[in-house]
Amino acid sequence: MSKWNLIIDVALCHNCNNCFIACKDEHVGNDYPGYAAPQPLHGHAWIKLEQRERGAAPMVDMAYLPTMCNQCDDAPCIRAGDGAVFQRDDGIVIIDPEKARGKKDIIESCPYGAIWWNEELELPQKWVFDAHLLDRGWTEPRCAQVCPTGAITALKISDADMARKAETDDLAVLSPEFNTRPRVYYKNLYRFTHDFLGGNVLTETGDILDCLAEATVRLRRGETCVAETATDAFGEFKIDRLAADGEAYVLEISHPDHVSMERTVQIDGSVFLEDLKLVRKEG
Amino acid sequence: MRLQALLRGVSWALNFTAWRYPAFKQRLHEKSFVAQVKVKDGAVGRYYRFGNGGVTSRSGLHGNPDMTISFRTASLGVRLLTPPVDHMDFINAMKNFALQMEGEDELTQWFTDTISIMMSIRWDHGVDVGNGERRYTNITNGGPLFVYVKDGKIVRMTPIDLSDDDAPSWSLTARGRTFMPPRKTTAHPHGLASKSIVYSSKRLLHPLKRIDFDPGGARNPRNRGTSGYERIGWDEALDITANEIKRVKREHGHGAIMNSHGSHHTWGNIGYYLSAQVRFMNAIGHTKMALNPDSWEGWYWGGMHHYGNSMRNGAMEPYGQLQDCLDEAEMIVFWASDPEATGGSYAAFEGTVRRQWARDLGIKMVHIDPYCNHTAVHLGGKWIPVVPGTSPALAHALAWVWIAEGLYDADYVAQRTTGFEKYRAYVMGEDDGQAKTPEWQESETGVPAHTVRALAREWGRKKTYLAAGGKGTTFGGANRSATGAQWARAMICLMAMQGLGKPGVNFGNLQCGAPIDYEFYFPGYAEGGMSGDLNGTASAIQLYQRMPHLLSMNTVTQQIPRLRIPEAILDGETSGFPTDSRSLEGQFMGFRYPSPGHAPVRMIYKYGGSHFGTTMESNRLVKAYRSDSIEFVVNQSIWNEGEVPFADIVLPACTNFERWDIGEWGAAGGYSQHNQTMLNHRIIAMQHKCIEPLGESRSDYRIFTDILKRLGLSAYFTEGMTELDWCKAQFDASDLPRHISWKEFLRKGYYVVPFGEEAHRPPPGFRWFAEGRRKDVPEPAPLPAEYGERYLEGLQTQSGKIEFEAQSLKRFGKDPERPPVNKYIPSWEGRGTTELVDTYPLQLLTPHPRYSFHTLGDGKDGVLNDIADHRVLIGGHYYWVARINPQDAARRGIAHHDLIRLHNDRGSVICAAHVTARIMEGVVHSAESSAVYDPVGEPGQSPDRGGCVNTLTPKRHMTAMTTGSAPNSCLIEMEKWTEPAGGTS
Repeated sequence: MSKWNLIIDVALCHNCNNCFIACKDEHVGNDYPGYAAPQPLHGHAWIKLEQRERGAAPMVDMAYLPTMCNQCDDAPCIRAGDGAVFQRDDGIVIIDPEKARGKKDIIESCPYGAIWWNEELELPQKWVFDAHLLDRGWTEPRCAQVCPTGAITALKISDADMARKAETDDLAVLSPEFNTRPRVYYKNLYRFTHDFLGGNVLTETGDILDCLAEATVRLRRGETCVAETATDAFGEFKIDRLAADGEAYVLEISHPDHVSMERTVQIDGSVFLEDLKLVRKEG
Repeated sequence: MRLQALLRGVSWALNFTAWRYPAFKQRLHEKSFVAQVKVKDGAVGRYYRFGNGGVTSRSGLHGNPDMTISFRTASLGVRLLTPPVDHMDFINAMKNFALQMEGEDELTQWFTDTISIMMSIRWDHGVDVGNGERRYTNITNGGPLFVYVKDGKIVRMTPIDLSDDDAPSWSLTARGRTFMPPRKTTAHPHGLASKSIVYSSKRLLHPLKRIDFDPGGARNPRNRGTSGYERIGWDEALDITANEIKRVKREHGHGAIMNSHGSHHTWGNIGYYLSAQVRFMNAIGHTKMALNPDSWEGWYWGGMHHYGNSMRNGAMEPYGQLQDCLDEAEMIVFWASDPEATGGSYAAFEGTVRRQWARDLGIKMVHIDPYCNHTAVHLGGKWIPVVPGTSPALAHALAWVWIAEGLYDADYVAQRTTGFEKYRAYVMGEDDGQAKTPEWQESETGVPAHTVRALAREWGRKKTYLAAGGKGTTFGGANRSATGAQWARAMICLMAMQGLGKPGVNFGNLQCGAPIDYEFYFPGYAEGGMSGDLNGTASAIQLYQRMPHLLSMNTVTQQIPRLRIPEAILDGETSGFPTDSRSLEGQFMGFRYPSPGHAPVRMIYKYGGSHFGTTMESNRLVKAYRSDSIEFVVNQSIWNEGEVPFADIVLPACTNFERWDIGEWGAAGGYSQHNQTMLNHRIIAMQHKCIEPLGESRSDYRIFTDILKRLGLSAYFTEGMTELDWCKAQFDASDLPRHISWKEFLRKGYYVVPFGEEAHRPPPGFRWFAEGRRKDVPEPAPLPAEYGERYLEGLQTQSGKIEFEAQSLKRFGKDPERPPVNKYIPSWEGRGTTELVDTYPLQLLTPHPRYSFHTLGDGKDGVLNDIADHRVLIGGHYYWVARINPQDAARRGIAHHDLIRLHNDRGSVICAAHVTARIMEGVVHSAESSAVYDPVGEPGQSPDRGGCVNTLTPKRHMTAMTTGSAPNSCLIEMEKWTEPAGGTS
């Protein structure tokens, strides 16, 4: 039995918002009986982009995270819906726009906050994976079709195949601790959830400062080497995917012609260490 | 006999069509009159009596017909009535008075329209996709779209998924990997959001008159912008407008009407400002609004003096750079270049996938920009923040390192350039005693000297593409500042030192240079559509020969620079320098307003998007609109926004989804020849009339026709053709008929131009020059006389080489801010402006917005309002976003999404603060082009909470002897803003 899944590559999303706009375009002013009643023009974001900025000048990066109904296999909204919410055989979760009328509880049931309350219709609403279009033969939901970077892809495969793919491609779901078994997966989620340690390394010749390339940068926790990299032509390095747990790391920078440097660093957010100056070895 | 038979056939065909099509029968109920068709001498004739949903006809001459069409001879009549009719025959007969039409325009226009509709009513358009939906096509500034319609209402709009029937996609192989673009079109947010702006609550649905405007009495011009409006009928609105056109010409004389239009309206070759609008304005005569090349400023006024390319306003040849960059380049330096924000203006996200390929191939990326822009955060790489306006100093320091360390292409410099010794002397400080070292530039640019040295060494050793501006050359904020010309000039000099045109060494950011077919002809919008204007558009190059149509010509030579409209109105005089792309020298020919013997402007015909968001020091324009000297303002607009509430009469136009048009995605022609080079697939589309015009709105073509009916000019304007006929004329003028029938094109809605044979892919721009060969890229420029010696040999410069000392500037010699050798002259408004910087310590950057396009898509109660990076909803208003640095915010007690007032002596604007480390300290980043002007008090004198940040930018020209805009040289201060108690509305 093949079922729908959505895979989102956080490293490829560049916040164009086309997925958000396409969802608005599809649902504002349009009624799809059995699938979804019209979405209000303003206020709702059935597909919503979160963003996270990391670092400081000149090393800043952004992670954008499209979020929407996760089409959970163990969906709390189905339990809360008391028959008004159901999961189809193809994995898509639908809030019945008739039966769910007045049931505000359904909104609170979603730990991801992906269900919206339509004041006018007194209806809980959310992204329906464009089931109404797929049922008419469309091959993918609109968010995937409008995505210019290839960040969003929809796959209809068996759960076993999807589990294998998640393993191979290092996919993750949002907040797995909710235990709702989402069908929306993320690649490179660390860009949103984790932090980096970056810096630039300099060397001095007379009174002229220069960037130091090809210095070895090692990050240790205790005696364990967590990461090793080298500085680039601008003397910069960036070690990513660090957990901001506030615990100390030791940063060690070495270069054949220079005296090595050690620094203790705490990661409680992304850090950029500016102008780390290595001293040349004598002779 | 033959003519008589044909004339009899006309009434038979009309009645048959009425029998077959109820809508046509309905049309025949509209009018009762007698139309006479005859040979001039009356030897053959037939008259038609229209009425009661049909037509009867009788041979002979009617005693008193309401209208008459006469042919010089019977044989001409036969030729013009026997299908297929060649419109050229019509044109020739009209021009030689062998075909004449007499009668009231209302009837003659109805008659010719009826004949046209009879011919086209059986044409089928769109595809039935089931579920009661029909799929049409259209094109926006943000890409082509499928438009799904059900029960007369737009259901959805999607990018186009190419089918197996469409031409295959190109592929290319670079460094052992093969790349092919996705088989679909991309869409920019402002295109994809079109449904929400079609059904916008800000649509103008009825003609309006300002309540205290009385064309026969008190006009109250000073109340423009504050008084309300009342609904009037179309006839009254058109009568007032037509009467005012006549009145100001009669009372004031030649030139009293000014044409004021936005550069970017809806897409389409017919309903565009360079098409129907300019034909209309030429028909009535108008003082032209002279456009400055605002996407090209630095390249036009500066760059091209070093390397030519004037026909592209100073932009680089954009041909085979994609293949070359992916094959050869080791690094791309993006300098004031953010293609992920602006998509090369019309190309949506077509270049995105190509830049991702480059990243995947390991090509290094550097981004020089005060803002860590969208391209930088998407692609990654080294961000080098630079103080706005100081980039030329950084460039000179790069040159210093290259010279000092021998990291430039001395052979190329010797063979392909002139004047290097003089530039070298300047850079090394031999002429002014100041070596332009990395340390020298540090205090100016804020870029550490060690970063400059590292960049110079990387660049000097690696084959590097320079993306100078959004398209690789041109565009980009750095070219719209006091130092914009210096910057563009510096970019060209740097590339000349590295061997511009050699493998892997070129301008570009993979936005241009896709291997599409460059030979297949379809007219771009700058070719003027139906304008027939050989002076004001690029029609003369191809379209005028290919599409038979009447010439149009503005007989008024008076013009006003767009940037000086307020001075022209408020001071009564101004001056400017022209955008003249024919040569390097055309721009030196200054002009003055008023022109000798011409009338000053007394009436403004405003068309298209708002200027308040796009005019520097916008409050000037607000004041000009309220001037007593402007007796009449008509605004023809789709939405009630910007300066619409400053008009006396408002004419509601419909969108491109509610009328017929035709176009090619991204095709500009003219100054952006082969602009489709940005696309992965060339898409030519029928822009179907998807739904009926909303409310009482009408197509621009119809509005112009209806005004011209009142001036006896409608037949001249329409040539007896409907909008759909003009679409077919464009189709017929192109290469399309050899590949797809009109019938199929109209049904399916689009055609994908095959990419052509691999062997025909053009080489990279300037490769010919680097290798000392004749020019071999497919552009018809420069013009023949621009070559110094043999045709196609050398550049447009006097020497035919890249000139470090620009001879054209040397000969001009009158602009101290543009010396022949490019030198660093600090901005006249920047961190060094001591008299201002204490009061206004922040620099304001006003790039193009990412989500809207000029004023399209913004405001209008559309869905873009709900994108937090575009506008933020605070206290019931959608505020324009200003990005500010965390330190600058903290110093002023400003938190994320606080309301802030940006201000200087020119005005103030209320924005929503977006606090981000992506903008360097001391700089505020807020896009220009807000569509909303919403002063909290007296217009022109109170804070604007609509977000027209150009209120703050200087009107001063880039340099004294240019008409170049320089909005990015702007100092401001900001403070937290609290709504006055009780609100401000």
